[in-house]
Amino acid sequence: MSEIRFTKDHEWIAVDGDTGVVGITDYAQHALGDIVFIELPEIGRQVSKGGEAAVVESVKAASEVYAPVDGDVIAVNNELAEEPARVNADAEGAGWFFKIKIVTPAQLAELMDKAAYQTYLEGLA
Amino acid sequence: MRYLPLTEADRREMLAVIGAASVAELYRDVPEMARLPGPIAGLPNHMGELEVERLLSSMAAKNVTAGSVPFFLGGGAYRHHIPATVDSLIQRGEFLTSYTPYQPEIAQGTLQFLFEFQSQVALLTGMEVANASMYDGATACAEAVMMANRTTKRSRALLAGNLHPHYRDTTATLARFNGFEIVAGAPAPSDRENLIDKIDTTISCVVVQSPDVFGHVHNLTALAAACQAKGALLIAVVTEAVSLGLLTPPGAMGADIVVGEGQSLGIPLGYGGPHLGLFAAKEKYIRQMPGRLIGQTVDADGRRGWVLTLSTREQHIRREKATSNICTNSGLCALAFSMHLTLLGETGFTDLARLNHAKAVQLAEKLGDLKGLRILNDGFFNEFTIDVGRRANKVVNKLAKRGILAGVPAARLFPDSDGLTDLLVVAATECTTEADMDALARGLGELL
Amino acid sequence: MTTATISGATISGHRGLQMDEPLIFELDSPGSSGVDLPAPPKTKAKTRLGAVPVRESVGLPGLSEPEVVRHYTRLSQKNYAIDAGFYPLGSCTMKHNPRLNEKMARLPGFADVHPLQPMTTIQGALELIDTLAGWLKALTGMKAVAMSPAAGAHGEMCGMMAIAAAHDHRGGPARKRVLVPESAHGTNPATAAALGMVVEAIPATADGRIDLAAFKAKLGFDVAAVMLTNPNTCGLFERDVRELADAVHQAGAFLYCDGANFNAIIGRVRVADLGVDAMHINLHKTFSTPHGGGGPGSGPVVFSQALAPFVPLPTIIHDDDGYRLVECQDEDEGTALAFGRMKAFHGQMGVFVRALAYTLSHGADGLHQASADAVLSANYVLAKLKGTLNAPFEGPCMHEALFDDKSLKDTGVTTLDIAKALIDEGFHPMTVYFPLVVHGAMLIEPTESESKRSIDQFIATMIGLAERAKEDAASFHAAPTLAPRRRLDETTAARKPILRWKTR
Repeated sequence: MSEIRFTKDHEWIAVDGDTGVVGITDYAQHALGDIVFIELPEIGRQVSKGGEAAVVESVKAASEVYAPVDGDVIAVNNELAEEPARVNADAEGAGWFFKIKIVTPAQLAELMDKAAYQTYLEGLA
Repeated sequence: MRYLPLTEADRREMLAVIGAASVAELYRDVPEMARLPGPIAGLPNHMGELEVERLLSSMAAKNVTAGSVPFFLGGGAYRHHIPATVDSLIQRGEFLTSYTPYQPEIAQGTLQFLFEFQSQVALLTGMEVANASMYDGATACAEAVMMANRTTKRSRALLAGNLHPHYRDTTATLARFNGFEIVAGAPAPSDRENLIDKIDTTISCVVVQSPDVFGHVHNLTALAAACQAKGALLIAVVTEAVSLGLLTPPGAMGADIVVGEGQSLGIPLGYGGPHLGLFAAKEKYIRQMPGRLIGQTVDADGRRGWVLTLSTREQHIRREKATSNICTNSGLCALAFSMHLTLLGETGFTDLARLNHAKAVQLAEKLGDLKGLRILNDGFFNEFTIDVGRRANKVVNKLAKRGILAGVPAARLFPDSDGLTDLLVVAATECTTEADMDALARGLGELL
Repeated sequence: MTTATISGATISGHRGLQMDEPLIFELDSPGSSGVDLPAPPKTKAKTRLGAVPVRESVGLPGLSEPEVVRHYTRLSQKNYAIDAGFYPLGSCTMKHNPRLNEKMARLPGFADVHPLQPMTTIQGALELIDTLAGWLKALTGMKAVAMSPAAGAHGEMCGMMAIAAAHDHRGGPARKRVLVPESAHGTNPATAAALGMVVEAIPATADGRIDLAAFKAKLGFDVAAVMLTNPNTCGLFERDVRELADAVHQAGAFLYCDGANFNAIIGRVRVADLGVDAMHINLHKTFSTPHGGGGPGSGPVVFSQALAPFVPLPTIIHDDDGYRLVECQDEDEGTALAFGRMKAFHGQMGVFVRALAYTLSHGADGLHQASADAVLSANYVLAKLKGTLNAPFEGPCMHEALFDDKSLKDTGVTTLDIAKALIDEGFHPMTVYFPLVVHGAMLIEPTESESKRSIDQFIATMIGLAERAKEDAASFHAAPTLAPRRRLDETTAARKPILRWKTR
């Protein structure tokens, strides 16, 4: 059973052992509106916590997606290239962006859990 | 003042609504010392149409117009005949006085002609996609190099020596400040430059012009393969768009990006501007392209329509991460280009290209017979280089005094290069008559 | 094309004067042409093309001249234009485009001359450029001007290159930081970034202006320039510009001014006295040259004494021998520090002719009045609409009035909806969602060439729409219904881009 953590920039990471699956939250996809394009990192790239790892675009906006923790990209969701709408439909599931091998697991503790993220979102409203 | 509809009564009434005693009060945020109490002294006051016309016509009259003399200049700007329909229709107020099509529901006219323009440019260059225009060929060239740098993540560009020097300098200027490196070959008027050996894995792109600034035409196939082998992009430059009606297009020879100057179709020489930057590329590079793109879609009723699309590349959305800072481009020039090309159609365009080439061949045959003159080109489209055996700029000035505009001295294009002083680049188009050619041959014959 | 779902659909797809018009490719009659060309001359050699094979076909459609005329006329009828109506697009200065400009630009002496003709044969062209350059310097009080930039953003690039060149020339540690107010046009950060500079956006104060203290705190010896738009994109004059300029200069940096809003101050404010080092001027805004659906433009840049030596090539010299174009650095000692070249040839001549025709038509007195009328009209709009819409900042404004969407809150109607409803009312919408610093921004620039009658009609329409928004949001969401097209699906356009015609 994987554990899901959240960032203040609205990324999520589902942790399973030393791998993590990263995406943007349902709140983020809603704020962006219809997503039209996603630029994913190359496999093998090293990403660092808070550093730019992907770009997500709607018609009138482009946002960077930051790595929640340090890691090496081991897989990307290529289906998003054909069907970026998956992120709108299922941001926290089928709309995942990339998978990393987590390098610095201690950083996970700095992220929010589901409840804390909910509280954080309420604070933004 | 005929352009100002407000009357004195209107102004008083409006000030009263605002609650200001005078217009000066509305400028109260401006530092006192920078405010001007009245019209700037020493400058003339307003004039009627008649006076403006008289003044500007007197300036215009001091210039020798291309159409009034035997004329052989090219070098990146070509005199072609523009059908009357083009200039008349681009002056329709709905085209002339509209802005960038930000509200697509009431800008379908502009959006559709730009979509047609993109399609035409893609066909001409043999590329998959084209944008809605750049400022001119030189800036399109500089932007193409930046795009190749982004795409390859390299920062060293190889420029052919026979690239138009203004294109080279525009690109080099951007390189200086952006921080990428330019490796530019020396001009090779006799067409002997080996670019392939200079390509290595540090090069982001090779920029090569065909027909080049001396008129030589190049088969790019081997160069394209060499670029591909080293992971560099091939950028082909075309300064004479009419050549694309006769020559195999760069896209069919493996170019990754094609940029060029569209002035030859629908746009007057205009002393060098405004002209029209063309920009086409392989579809896989689309996200790295600069400038506006028009895309097809449907409206709420399912009817076909067009919109600005992939805008997230652009400055108004991406700001410092944009692919370019370009905003205003050359919309009306693109319309003129597209309209001229539509009038020509497949047969007209290819015939026009053949006619241009035939005129240049005819000119070459007439000049080739002259003693003391040598043609440097084996192959050319409508422009070639001659060695006149003495300083070409003096020859040009002497002929200008006799009412012949003879061509572009290579030294005017490359003032810093040695060994080019005797070279003259001459062009012929459909506008060039046999009598014009005879006049030039006679003039040169007497001087050489 | 499906027409069956449209209410009031016609058999042809046409609706009165609105004709449905196919693409040129769909009008193809193979072999047709709208141009008759002479036969090629007889030559000894058939071709002399060298190593490049002849292409087999291009793939262009063939149309006769009448078909071409009808095609483009019908397309034109789908466009809104200044000629047709009020076009209050903030920051774009959509003023009247006099036809005298067009007539002058088409004089063969300007239109039919080649950029590389001998100098002796183009003295009048050089005189025209020099005369316009003289006006631009006189109107701003600045020392030098670069005429070659092709548009506003290109002018910005030119100005910032001169600044970088000046820093290079001076030596010392690298200056890579550029400070920009948050409300700046997107071109400002894009330009700085293209020149390898790092952009820092500084938030504005509550009154919509620069935070002088914040700027001062960020200034340092690694700052190359501050890029300021003045009047700013909120339509306000930056009162602290002099103090900012002093601080910028003290830090050894330069003040770049985005001159997009020059129309508010032309002939009334001396830019040089504001401490500006470089400013571009959009001839296609302030000087009435047509936008043409997005260009061509022209963006000359005026420079202070400090930057004057770095003006790019070519430049024009006027002496006893007449006018001379300097195209090469070592042709003249005055151009030894010229930083390079912006584009091919010498600038947007056709736009220069139009701009000078406009300038001469107005003259010093007319320009002084024109800016006043532009500012008066904007303040009139602000005064008349601020009871209906929320104006985030206190007036007086300059040449454009800014509103936000606060008054629309809870109506379900957005700024975009208001814009689309205006289309049905026969107006071009104002600029929306810019500047970004204001929520749901509506930026209205009436310009001096609008009559009071027309402004009043617009104001009455805006008040009417605001009333309707309270009761009937649905009608806004459907708008526009009377334009050549209803709202277009931009999402599909971006997800599956179709960027050119292709045979099916």
